[in-house]
This record gives sequence, C-alpha cells and structure tokens, in this order.
Amino acid sequence: MLKPLNTAAQLGYRTAFGLFELPMATAQKLIGIKRIAWMFLLPNLLIFGLFTFLPIILNFFYATSGGDAILLAHRPYVGTENFASLLSCTDYLDPNTCRRDVFWRAVYNTGWFVVLQVGFMVAFSLLTALILNRDIPWRGFFRSVFFYPVLLSPVVVALIWKWILQRYGLFNAGLEDVGLSSVDWLTDANWAFFWIIFVSIWAHMGFYTLILLAGLQAIPADVYEAAEMDGASRWRVFSKITMPLLMPTMIVVLVLSLIRAVQAFDEIFVLTGGGPGSATTLILQYIYETGFASRPQLFGLAAAASILMAVVLLVLTLLQLRVTRGQAEN
Amino acid sequence: MLWSFISRTRGRNRFDLTDWLTWGYLIFGMLLMFGPVLWVAMSSFKTDAALSEYPPSFLPLATQTAMVKGYDKPLPLYEITAGEHKGSVLAQIRRIGLNAQMVDPAHPDEKINVKIGDRQPKRELTFAWDNYSKLFKRFNFMRYFWNSVFITVVATVITVLFNSMAAFALAKYKFRGRMVVFLLIIATLMIPPTINLVPIYLVVNELGLVNTPWAVIWPAVATPTGVFLLRQYMLTIPDDLLDAARMDHASEWRVYWRIVLPLAAPAIAVLVIFSVMWRWNEFLWPLIVLNRSEQFTLQLALNAFQGDLQTSWSGLLAMTILTLLPITIVFAILQKNITAGIAQSGVK
Repeated sequence: MLKPLNTAAQLGYRTAFGLFELPMATAQKLIGIKRIAWMFLLPNLLIFGLFTFLPIILNFFYATSGGDAILLAHRPYVGTENFASLLSCTDYLDPNTCRRDVFWRAVYNTGWFVVLQVGFMVAFSLLTALILNRDIPWRGFFRSVFFYPVLLSPVVVALIWKWILQRYGLFNAGLEDVGLSSVDWLTDANWAFFWIIFVSIWAHMGFYTLILLAGLQAIPADVYEAAEMDGASRWRVFSKITMPLLMPTMIVVLVLSLIRAVQAFDEIFVLTGGGPGSATTLILQYIYETGFASRPQLFGLAAAASILMAVVLLVLTLLQLRVTRGQAEN
Repeated sequence: MLWSFISRTRGRNRFDLTDWLTWGYLIFGMLLMFGPVLWVAMSSFKTDAALSEYPPSFLPLATQTAMVKGYDKPLPLYEITAGEHKGSVLAQIRRIGLNAQMVDPAHPDEKINVKIGDRQPKRELTFAWDNYSKLFKRFNFMRYFWNSVFITVVATVITVLFNSMAAFALAKYKFRGRMVVFLLIIATLMIPPTINLVPIYLVVNELGLVNTPWAVIWPAVATPTGVFLLRQYMLTIPDDLLDAARMDHASEWRVYWRIVLPLAAPAIAVLVIFSVMWRWNEFLWPLIVLNRSEQFTLQLALNAFQGDLQTSWSGLLAMTILTLLPITIVFAILQKNITAGIAQSGVK
C-alpha cells in the first residue's frame, strides 16, 4: 500500500528538483563555483529584502508623514508630529489627560499585562517543570497534557474560554452550585483583565514548561548525588544547586516570554475585543485598530506607535544579550 | 498492581506528602488543560435547546418528544415522579401557573393536570450531528478549510525550499560576505513582523496581493529561525560526502538536492512541524490582508462568526472543534517529535 505512494513521492521530488538542474548547472558554468552560493541565497534574500529590510526603512517614512493614503508619494511630511501627538500628556500617570488617551491606556494595560502574565506564567512553568522532572510514571503523557494548549490556535483558545465564561456558562453554573453568585466575567473591567492574563497563561505555559524541563534534565545527576551524600535538605538542593544551574534557561524563558507578552494580541482580541471600553486593549491592538480597522486609516500614527514598541523590544533584547554575556564570563 | 506503579518513587519506599502533592497537581493540571476542550467538544453535540439550558449538563442530553394525535407539534415527554400518575410517561401540552396540562400519548383524548414539581423531563443522550452537517451545507466550511490547507501547505513547501537553499549556502561555502549575510539573517530574529505591519502592508498592496492567499504566504517564508536551524544541522554533514559527488561531476545544485537535503531530513522535519503550526494558527496578518469572506482562513471565519450575532453557539462550537481537530490528530501522532524538537531548538 505504502510502496507505490513512496515511489510516487520520490518521482515527484526528482522531477521538481531535476527541473532546475539545467538552469543551475548553466549558472554555475557562467559565474563559477565560488559565486554559486549567491544563487542559493537569492530567493531567501529577496524575500527578506522585500518583506523585512525594506519595511524597516519605510516604517520611518510612515511615522513622519500624515494623512490616510497608503502610497508614500501621497503622504505629506509632518516631521515628528505623530510622535508628539502620541506622547502629549499633561499628566503621564493619568491617561485621561493625554491627547491619545486610548494609546496611553493600551500602554498601561500592556505594562500590567506583561508584569503579571510573565511573572505568574514563569512561576507556574517552573513549578510544573520541577514536578514533571520527578521520577513519576507516564511522564511523557503528562508532559503532553501541559503542552497540548500551546498547539491550539489563539482563536480556538479564546472561543473555548468564551464559552466557559459566558453569563450562562459552566463556570457560573459551578459557582452557583456552591452557593456563590454568578458574574459577567468578560464585561467587568477588572475580571476581564484577570481572565486575559489567565487564558494567555493557560495557552502558553506548556511551551516554557518544556524548555525549563529540558534545562532541568541537562543538570548532571552526580551533582544531586553529591548533595545527597552531604545530607543537604531539599530546599538547600533547590536553592543552591537547581536554581543556579537552571539560570541560563530561566533567562531565555524570561526574555522570550517578555518579548511575546509585549506583542500579545490574538487571544485577547477574540476573547474580549479589548473591552469593556478599552480595559483590555493592549498596544498591538491599538496599532491594528489605528492603522487598519478604523476609518480613516491613520498609518502614520500606527507606524509611530509600532516604532515606540520596537524600542521597548530592542531594550529587552539588549538586556538579554548583556545578561547572557555576563553569565558566559562568569 | 496499579497502586504500586503509581506510588513508585526514586529510591524511597514511602509514599510521602510531596508525592500526594505531585499527583494532586498533575490531576488538577490534566483537568485544567483537557477539561475546557472536552467541555466544548461535548457542548458541540448539543441541540440549540440543550445549549440554552442552565445549569448545563456535561453530556449532550435532549428532552425526548413525541407526536401525539390531535397536536401539530411534537410534545415534550415528562416522567411523573409523584402523585396518582407516578411512574407513567406523559406529554406536556402547556403550563398553566404551577400546574401542567398533560396527556398520555396512548390516550390522546384525556387531559391530565399535574403539579410542575411532580414531573421530570425525560431526557436521553442525543448527539446533534446536525451542528456539524449544517457547517458544510450553510457555512461554506469547506471553502475556509481549503483556504487554510492551501496556505499552510504551499507556505511550508516554499519555506523549506528557500530556507534550506540559504542554509546550504551558508553552511557549505566559504565566500566573501558570508558572515555579513548570516548576521543579517540572525538580526531579523529580533525584529518581529508586528512592528512593521504598515510598511509590509504597503509592499503587499503594491504587489497586488491583497485579498489573495499569496499575501499571507510570501511575507513570512524567509524565516530566520528556519535558516538558523537548518544551517546548524548542515554544518554537521561531512564535506567529504559533497566532494565525492563533485568528483563524479555532479553540479552544485545536484549536490544540494541529492545529498545535503536528504541528510538534513531530521532538521527539516522540525521546520515542517513549526511551519504548519505557525501557518494554521496565524491570525493578525491574515486579518489585515484578507478582507473578503471567500478568502478567509478557518481562523478568520471563526472570528467573523463569533462577532456575528446571527450565528448560534451550536455552529460556532462545532466549527471550533473541527478547527482544532487536525492539529490535535497531528499532535497525538507526532507528540514525541514535536516536544523534543521544541525542547532542543527553543523556538515556537
């Protein structure tokens, strides 16, 4: 049954790549073996240039021009006005006094979201990794259990929780069952914020658990055996051996999750739509709505906001490089 | 037997407090991770009537109905739990205050009054397959499914081809500018596409790709992750193998696809898994460049349905399950490879 399939696949593979045999061999004769490497790099570099490097430069042109035209030629130069408009506030601690109050709400929401989501997620991932690192039966199965939500699409994740948290949903039924009163979870500002953090931890912690688990398993067993011989307590083993040796992995996990949290969008957008009001609107949703979802499309403002976000991400990445280098020197 | 298996602990014989806590945590975790998905799966088989029931039941139960002579619509069946008709099954005609007017399906002429507290709806397990079949009939599900499959497959093939070609050049040739190119590609790892949404949209728009699947496919095929992953793997392939082929007058292209590519299969498998996952689940970028509903991917269609007040939860839940099913099946088969691949490379 599989044999003809296999033969067909091989035939397809040979035909597809064989087609390029003649042009590539000719190119090799013309430009020589030394420079053929560039032929191999060409498609990838072309895509990179078009969709990564060029946009980085264009972003600055958008950020310094106004109007709602997408073509740069039709956009008047406005200098730093977009940045000035985003950053103009009488009191930076109170978003209501800012010209772009939704932007500042989004900035504060993102700040809180990043701190709480990353903090709790890394803590739970570490706890789960430590438990999965114990000598328990069905370890592979339990590892998959915690990893499974990572594979689900953000839209699916949001819909699953929306169904559970709705007014007449499972969660409220459970609460009424034990004598508590039900709550409109996603239309109460504070609870909605709690649930976007909860749901994004639920969806992503498996990934970080997996990385931390790999880090834990890389710690050589004889270190633990030596500590056991010395009669060290469990807490001492954890704080003096496990944590220091896990630190490099921990930094990777922290930085990866920070960078991801700053750009959180998908699940939250489907779960709460940024509401109620703008209580769960994060920075990327502000960019999406300013540039694409609302009319007129303020591309300049969106580009300026994304450059500000890029600065934050750059600082986080440099911080990571610095910390990892510092560790390598120790 | 089972107990001794579960209570197996490293070097110790006693099942102590930490073991209890471990198992408590694992079982709680299992409920928390699988429970919501299972709940939605069960709900997706409920009829609209059963979905609006509160408090909800776990299994898809539906009240049985019966056609009674003299009545146009099927009447709901109730089991009488108290009073003179205790034990019999009656159909309800209407409710009048605290009483229900009921009828015995066998004797349709005789009306019986029962207190509403004395009767229980007669329910049985009914799977509303209709929720699923109407997706295909009314919601154009196959269209969205095909759009998603097309984007996922084509983008993955191009990603593997382009990334492996670049990785081959960077791993197996010494040429001027090699380090510069490599560093440039690695540097883009730090520039997430989310900060360039506006200008990428301009490029896609200028190329006339908006509202075509190619608008989703092209911008992300040159993944720095893929180039890095494959290059590191190809460095381990010995150069002697390549030189032997060159002796036989094989062209460089032939060396690439007959020798290096097959040998890099394990790393390519990891990249394929990632690429499928990224593309199947992608949301923000398709949301920006695909505006016509016939171009929607599954994710966009799901999002559009949930925002549309006309659609009922029954269709939405069935569609949620169908969307997560392919990924779940792939995961069930390949879970070892997926978790190992991610743990080794540290990317998602």
